[in-house]
This record gives sequence, C-alpha cells and structure tokens, in this order.
Amino acid sequence: MATRAADLLTLTPQGLYCPGGDFHVDPTRPVERALITHGHSDHARSGHGHVMATAETLAIMAVRYGSDFAGGAQEAVLGEVMRIGDVLVTFVPAGHVLGSAQIVIEQGKCRLVVSGDYKRGRDPTCLPYEPVRCDVFITEATFGLPVFRHPDARAETDKLIESARLFPERAHIVGAYALGKAQRVMALLREAGYDRPIYLHGAMERLTSFYKEQGVGLGDTPRVAPDERPKLAGEIVICPPSAIQEIWARKFPDPVTAFASGWMRVRARARQKGVELPLVISDHCDWDDLCRSILETGAGEVWVTHGQEDALVHWCLSRGIKARPLHLLGYGDEEGDADVVPGEAEGGDLPSPLRGGSTAEGRRGGGQDEDVSTLEPHLAPPPPGSASPSPPSPQGGGDQ
Amino acid sequence: MNRFAHLIDRIGYEPRRNAKIRLMADYFRHTPDPERGFALAALTGALSFRHAKPNLIRGLMAERSDPVLFGLSWDYVGDLSETVALMWRAPDDTAPLPAIGHNNPPEPLDASGEPVALEGPLPHVPSLSEVVEGLATAGKTELPRLLATWLDALDETGRWALLKLITSELRIGVSARLAKTAVASLGDLDPDEIEHVWHGLAPPYEELFAWVEGRGPRPEGENPAPFRPPMLAHPVEEEDLARLDAAEFMAEWKWDGIRLQAATGRDGHGRLVRRIYSRTGEDVSGAFPDLVEALDFEATLDGELLILRDGRVQSFNVLQQRLNRKVVTPKMLLEYPAHLRCYDILAEDGEDLRHLPFAERRKRLEAFVARLGEPRIDVSPLVPFSTWGELAVARADPASAGAGLDADAIEGCMLKRADSPYLPGRPKGPWWKWKRDPFLVDAVMMYAQRGHGKRSSFYSDYTFGVWRDGPEGEELVPVGKAYSGFTDQELLKLDRFVRNNTVNRFGPVREVTYGFDRGLVLEVAFEGLQRSTRHKSGVAMRFPRINRIRWDKPAREADRIEYLERILQKGETELHPMRKAG
Repeated sequence: MATRAADLLTLTPQGLYCPGGDFHVDPTRPVERALITHGHSDHARSGHGHVMATAETLAIMAVRYGSDFAGGAQEAVLGEVMRIGDVLVTFVPAGHVLGSAQIVIEQGKCRLVVSGDYKRGRDPTCLPYEPVRCDVFITEATFGLPVFRHPDARAETDKLIESARLFPERAHIVGAYALGKAQRVMALLREAGYDRPIYLHGAMERLTSFYKEQGVGLGDTPRVAPDERPKLAGEIVICPPSAIQEIWARKFPDPVTAFASGWMRVRARARQKGVELPLVISDHCDWDDLCRSILETGAGEVWVTHGQEDALVHWCLSRGIKARPLHLLGYGDEEGDADVVPGEAEGGDLPSPLRGGSTAEGRRGGGQDEDVSTLEPHLAPPPPGSASPSPPSPQGGGDQ
Repeated sequence: MNRFAHLIDRIGYEPRRNAKIRLMADYFRHTPDPERGFALAALTGALSFRHAKPNLIRGLMAERSDPVLFGLSWDYVGDLSETVALMWRAPDDTAPLPAIGHNNPPEPLDASGEPVALEGPLPHVPSLSEVVEGLATAGKTELPRLLATWLDALDETGRWALLKLITSELRIGVSARLAKTAVASLGDLDPDEIEHVWHGLAPPYEELFAWVEGRGPRPEGENPAPFRPPMLAHPVEEEDLARLDAAEFMAEWKWDGIRLQAATGRDGHGRLVRRIYSRTGEDVSGAFPDLVEALDFEATLDGELLILRDGRVQSFNVLQQRLNRKVVTPKMLLEYPAHLRCYDILAEDGEDLRHLPFAERRKRLEAFVARLGEPRIDVSPLVPFSTWGELAVARADPASAGAGLDADAIEGCMLKRADSPYLPGRPKGPWWKWKRDPFLVDAVMMYAQRGHGKRSSFYSDYTFGVWRDGPEGEELVPVGKAYSGFTDQELLKLDRFVRNNTVNRFGPVREVTYGFDRGLVLEVAFEGLQRSTRHKSGVAMRFPRINRIRWDKPAREADRIEYLERILQKGETELHPMRKAG
C-alpha cells in the first residue's frame, strides 16, 4: 500500500516529526535528531542531539550559539539525496537567507516538501528558490493575505538613497533583521552604486562578517563607535529593528527612522513603530508568490505551518487543493515577532524555547486527523468592527 | 492625483507639526490652481460626495475579490480604503488564470510582484481636479465604473488617496486649522485671518490663494453664523474638591446627550443664516431640520441635544436612533423630536458675550430663552448647593434633587466658577465635570482580538465573562468587550498575556486560558446595563472599559451573573455603583 503523507510526517509537541527517519524538522524544543531549514533562531535552536543542515546554516548556528550548539552536526549538500532510516531526504535552495533550504522527504511514491521560510524575490546574498514537484507542500504564510504584495526591493533601496541625498543633515537609521535582511539591504545598496561606508550597529557585526567570509560583497561596513554617532549626518546606519526606537538611535543627528520589512506595506504598522521611511523589503513570499509557488509544486495537498494560515488555506480549498493549517506556534508568530526579538542585539538566544510549546498541545486536540472539511468553520472571521461580545464558537459557530 | 497622494502619504508618516505645515506649504507653492485648491478642500474636510460612500467601495471590491479573503484582509489591515488599495488588481492582471465563479484570485506576476506592464496605451491617470469634478457630476449609476477606471489607472498610493477622499476620512493628523495655517504661511498671514474669510469661500479657493500670495484683494464675505470653539471641562477628583471653594461655583446637571452649538446671524442680504455645529465645529444642521426651524433668533447657544417625549428626557439609547442618519424621515422627526437644553449663551444680537462672567451669561440666557418661548429650547436648571457634601448627595440621587423622572438621562454634575468667562478649549480651573461613578465588575478575560489602526499588531480588544451555573457546573459566560481604559504599558502586558496563554485561534481572535484556577481577572467599569437578546448572557454593557487589571485576583473570585442581574433589576439609580457585592 502506498505511503500516506500523514504517516510520513506527523506533529509532536516538539514540531514536525518524520517517524520513518526518526527526525524532527525545525523543532521548537530540544530533540535527539533535527533537520534545520535555515539559521533564523525560531527555526534553528540550540541544544539538539544531532543536527543536519547546510554548511552555511551550521556555520550560522555556530556563530550564534557557539560551536557546541548541538551534540553533533552533519552537513547536508544541496541537491544530494540521502537515506535516513526508511526515507530519502534532499536539501534544495529556498532563497530565504544564506544557507536556507527546503527539505524534501520521500518514501515509496509519496514526496513531501518542508519549505521552511522561502521567497521568490531576487536576493544577491543567497541561492534562488527552486520549485520541487511534490504531493504535499508544507508552506509558511507569514504574508498570506492578498494585501501583501512586495514591490521590487531595488526601488525601495533607491528610496533610501534618495532620502539620504535629500536630507544630508540627518542620519538614516535602518532597522533590519540581523540575519539575511541586513546583508540583503547592504548588497542592494551596493548594486545601486552606493559606495559610502554603511555603518553597523554592533549586533549586526558577526553575521555580516560571516556573509563577507562566504564571498558576499558588502563593501566597507564599519561598526558605529558610540562617540561617533553625532557625526554621522547623511550616512546610512543599519541596526536591529528593536534599536530604531532605543536611546541608542537618538544620539544620531535628527535621525530618519527606516525599517526594511514586508510589514511596512501596511501603514498602521509602520506608524505604530514610529517609522518615517518604510521600506517594503521582505525575505518571505508575498501573497502572489505563495499562490504561484503552491501551483508550481503541483501538490494536491498543502499544509500551512504559521502566519496568516486562514486566507491561504481558503485560497487552496477554493482551487480544489486540499489544505489545512498546522497552527505551529513558535515560528515567527503571526506578527513576525520572533524574528524581531531574538535577542540578536546582544547576541543572545530566544529567552524561552518553550514559548508557545505547551499551548500547541492543547490546541492540537484531534487536529492531526481532522478532515479538511471540518476546518471550514474556522475560516469565517467575525465581521470587522463587530461590537458583539460573543466570540466565535469553537464548535464552528452558527449559533450566534 | 499622484502629487496629492504622495503629499498625504508623507504627512501620514510625519509626526512633527511644523514639518507637516512645511510639506503642505511646499505643495501649495508648487502646485497650480485649481489642483491645489481641491487639495486644500480635501485637507479641510470641505469635500463631500453624495453618491460616493464606503458601501460603493465595498461593492466594487466584492466584484473583484473573494469575500472571505477580503474579509480577512480588511480585518487585518483595519482600514477599508487601505485594504482595497492594497488588494485592488486591474482586470488585465488576473487574465492568465481562469476565474472560479465570480472570484478572481489575484495571480502571480513577475518575481517582484509588480503588475505586468500592459500592452497598448497606458491608462490615463486622473488629476485631483478631474476626480473631484467626476465625483460631483457623475450619476449614481455611472459612478462605480468611473471609480473602477481610476483605481485601475492609479498605483497603490494613488488608490489609497482616492479612497480616503471618497470616504471623507483622510486621518493623516491634519486638522482644518493646520491646513489653513499652511495656507497662511504662504503669505505670512495669521491663520485667524483665513478663518475670518473662510466661510464665504468655496473650493478651489483661487481668490484665497491669490490673496495670500499678494496677487489679489482680500476675499469678501464674512461668515454670519460662525462656529465658536466650545469650552470644555476637566474631570474633578476628590483632591481637587478639597481645595476648591464651593461658594465660588455654580452647578448644573450634566445631560447624557450630544453637545451642540446653535449659531445664527444675518448675511449681507439680511437673511437669517442658521447653523448647528457639533462640538468639533462640523456643520450638522442637515441632521436636525426640526431644531434648525426653531432657531428663529440672532444668537449663539451652547447646549445639549436631547430627545424629549411629553416633556420627559429620553435615554441616550433613544437619542442614538436620531444620530448618524443620512436621511431624516418625517416619521423620525415625529418619534424622536430634537430638543436643545441650553448651558450657555455666547452671542446675542451680534454682541459677543463670551467675556462676561458665567453668572452674568446665565442671567442673559434665562431671559433670552424665556422671551423666545420656543418649546424645543429650554435652559438646563441649576442644582442648588452650599457645600460639596450637599452636591454629592444631589449627584448620587438626581431624582430627589429636582431632576425627577429625567434622572436617568443625567450623567453627573458640571461645576462652573460663577466668574468664569467662556474660554475656548479645556482650560484647567474654571469648569469641572463630576461624573457619576461607574459600575464595576470583576470579570475573566476569555477572548482577545487584534485592534485596528495603530493597534493592529496588539491584542487590544478583550471579551470577558462572569460566572454562572451551567449544565455542567460553573461556567463563564461572556458579558462584554472592552478595548480601552489601559495604559500603553498595560497594553504591552495584556498583549503578552494573550500571546503566552492562547489555547485557540479563530482568525484574528484568540481564546485565552481561563477556568477556576487560571485566567486573568479584569475589573471592568461601565455606565449602565441593558437587557439584550443578542447576547448569550442576556445583558449588554454601555461603554465598558478596563478599570484595573487584577493580576493578583484568582479567577474563581470574579463576579457572578447574578450581580449584573441585580443591577438590571434595581435600576441604575437605586444601587450605588461603588457598593458592589463581595
């Protein structure tokens, strides 16, 4: 009998688990054997027994957590098919950040792809995403709403360069995630011909050096010395998102606060962070690319790990593709908070690896075997602005 | 349209008042007539389009998108115009994929997500003037197609600006006053000078710009019935009362209605101009034709809009039926007759009275209203007292202190210094409001929803419940929803609590953990209770807000539904609100 996808990959309190190979993918708590898609701290955590990942991802984990980040580590070569237990495993580029990979798991005639985080937009700092035909595609949905359409990232960095030219008396402080986004912004600035030094907050330094060692050309990127700040009028400074509103940023001359993120597409979010120059640059797929990628895999079934699951599941169902949300907690959160906060500023780890773990169990109750149709009621949102104190019923409503 | 769109987009991100003025002034300086005049009209809220309303936008969107995806997106973004601006796709974009039903899911384009360049001539991007003119002249039936054509031609920012314009809610932190200040700065004028001539002008304000730029004469025509900014009060606290001398103050009831200003005056032709303004200076005359007709005098009155039936003041719930109506039907005028209960008189027969002491104005007001003999207009009575203690007694029981059956429509007392002139704004000291204490209930948080607008990343709307006997023992039943009353710091903590204690998710709603031995108790303040068949608990709260977060209190000690039932049964006035069970 043919292998069923649900047997090939299941959910445990630690996350996605492959019984045939006895390993987890991007587990949110320490496990014996972990396959890691990429180096962001919500996917790559320390403390596992054995870790398999691309060489770059392993190196990033070592940079972040120290060389003893796991009991043992094994490099996965992109495109190379490996046998683990009863299953075949292949790592394929995901285009998210340097070293990011999708993980293809096969048994019998059933092929399943755990895409991790991925994007289709051009990025000079990493290998591009490669579509893989499969039966089940496991996708994120960080920007899984049709309001998210990322513009060309080059136009966004042009805005930054233009603003720096227009306001030579002001420093431009750009918030960007320390792994991937920061280096992509720098690379795009260089491509656009920006040849001034790009100043770095201390928290960006180690990973930026690592990118340079890997051959990504980022030019002169000095670290900002504290007493130098008042002198950086007209310069571009890159810092973790959390730093743009800290006292650290106020010491610059009349700073223009910019933030490079897909969230900047929504005005309220930019304003709420006090951002004056929103740069819509994302390392995730926008809505169009999520939909396109799902179609290109030819998958008959889609599992959505995290983000705006409801909309993407609905879109799949309306196209006749089976789909279900996994409601995995601990990844990104739907606000991308985990990416913002991972203690990168001080080089620390996520404070609690258990974050969301216990609630994940409570919510799963039977979700494993849930028929797709029973998910339908979850899709009905309460009408916006509804003043009714009655919440949507867990049973699926209809009684309101 | 694009220049205007980029102006308001930039202003929206600009927190600095002076920078906003500079941006506007720069735009006015470099944009020709009549384009800039229509921009000024948009910024001052002087544009209103009869047929172009939010419903129309929703209708257009429904034709082009999946209703579920639209609903989820709207809920996420929290703003209709922005949601549509972001989601809108020109029909050509969706061509590559077959539509499913009437649902045209947007289809992937090039890798950057930019719309694929269209073959043939580019669509014509409309100017602001064209848009304003089109909206004003297009009939109801042609409007949807016209709007769709514009939306197809504009980029995201342009679409957003167009939709904001149509829904008359720019909300970019620019008041009419600030826009006029920017105009004044073009010619080193005082903004007040713009106000003086403003009401005689109409978009696109070509003579105004000519005047401020020194190319033309001062525009003619003063506003015969101008709005005078109202005087507002601060809430009074116990410690304030301790230092205030009761003998220097007069008290009156604070009616639970809508504060209005009725202003009249004669124009150049001797015709009587009658206007009713809201507290913020919006002309709302159209909504109250019955009251406008009663304004047969030359004066400016400050008062409260109430609904009176057989001389009895109706509750705010009744008044609400008259509000926010586009069309006022004769039936409505009959069933909900508008009444003005006056607090103050600001001008009489062209004489400005605002500098007079309150006691003096009060006498003028009483005499004026008596002479008028108009049943729709009366004076809010004074509440006699000699000590704060006496006033506290009256405030706790207005029915026995002269208000009689109207007591239900009283939400406290106003304290006004007898010698206070009428000062615009909220000066500290002369006027105080002493509201009735709210009711309080300890409830348990059950669900949280993300807020809208600048709170769209925070779980800031909380559904809370109280205990009742259920079929399987004690259970929590939701009794209300609150989204205010906490500080920004507290919001951070509440948001964190929701995220760390989520047990279920339904779209934007999260269910949090609750039960006898777990959960968060919220002390909720509210103004009143009504029976409701719409809610499971059978009660609906008026203006509930979070009074305190009881991190310390076990959920099992939260209140029971019987406590709310008692409030309902005894009526609001009989049960002293602060004396709560347990």
